[in-house]
Amino acid sequence: MERSVTHVALFAALVAVLGLVPALTLPGGVPVTAQSLGVMLCGTVLGARRGALAVLLFLGLVALGLPLLSGGRGGLGVFVGPSVGFLIGFPIAAFVAGLVVERWSAPVGVAAAAGAFLGGIVVLYPLGALGWALMLGKSVAEVQVFLLGFLPGDLVKVGLVALVTRALAQMRPGSLLSRG
Amino acid sequence: MLTLTSPVETPFHRVPAGAKLLALAGVTVLLFSMGDPVMLGLALTGIAALHLVGGLGLLRHGLRMLWPLWPFLAVLLAWHLWTGEVRDGWAIALRLLAAVAAANLVTMTTRLTDMIACAERLAAPLARVGVPPRRVALALALAVRFVPVMADRLAALREAWTARSPRRAGWRIIVPALLGALDDADRVADALRARGGTD
Repeated sequence: MERSVTHVALFAALVAVLGLVPALTLPGGVPVTAQSLGVMLCGTVLGARRGALAVLLFLGLVALGLPLLSGGRGGLGVFVGPSVGFLIGFPIAAFVAGLVVERWSAPVGVAAAAGAFLGGIVVLYPLGALGWALMLGKSVAEVQVFLLGFLPGDLVKVGLVALVTRALAQMRPGSLLSRG
Repeated sequence: MLTLTSPVETPFHRVPAGAKLLALAGVTVLLFSMGDPVMLGLALTGIAALHLVGGLGLLRHGLRMLWPLWPFLAVLLAWHLWTGEVRDGWAIALRLLAAVAAANLVTMTTRLTDMIACAERLAAPLARVGVPPRRVALALALAVRFVPVMADRLAALREAWTARSPRRAGWRIIVPALLGALDDADRVADALRARGGTD
């Protein structure tokens, strides 16, 4: 029990810190904010339930007024802003990513990539677009084109999630609670 | 750690957090039920005036917190100029600004400790579905403490990397940072267990 509380807190902090780190610049100059990388890692490393709890804990810190969202945003304002769909989608994305790694017995890197893709793109994007649509008074069809801007970065992040999760599985098999 | 609470004491700081959250909920519902740009403009002016009660510094702080919205407003403006529904565009933009500004005002004028106390009271019913508030409070406190620890570890690894390589560290330091942090989390878990556990 103690271990699961400290791991959930640790991964909430990881999501926060990856948002504070200036965007990683990839070869080719594609800027990537690493926050959603942290969200996907919560799921693939901690598993569905604990991963979602870690992301909820992170959102709790943001709501309480800590400037932990990428770009130093935070407070209650972000929950009525245009990006609210992504915020609500984050814990669900982590849950889905974790569920895939827990249930699919493929090699851990493959399962993590599939989980991160399903959670961080297939599940998160519609919710994010729905948030934009509601907050900006448009239809989902009208705003979905803007999602394409995120796609290259997020595909790279799916690859990174797979690499990091596999590395953790090899170096500390016991730390991968999703396969524990 | 830095919070978004204004360091300058304002009259709003003395209002109980619960009352402010309730008022905020009311204002937000009201804003989302209004569709007339003139009324929404008046609402935004009113919220700006509330900021001024706390002084010019609070207003500036509030404006800084609204800044990340500009790309959305720019797209919105361009969109509505193109479709010709300028009135709707104003209503949507003003509503967005007013709702976010009102929520930010509550965040800026409520200390973290007051907010946590209020959240604990609100979370009390969760105990019945198996989420003890004490464990939530412990996890929050641990996460707040882990953030600077994690940031320091990443910074140290990045420095060690740049000392040896002309290239940027990038994502390669995430794995070693996580390994170290996981060891920390295990030690904290042991320490918690040694002191009687989480409950």
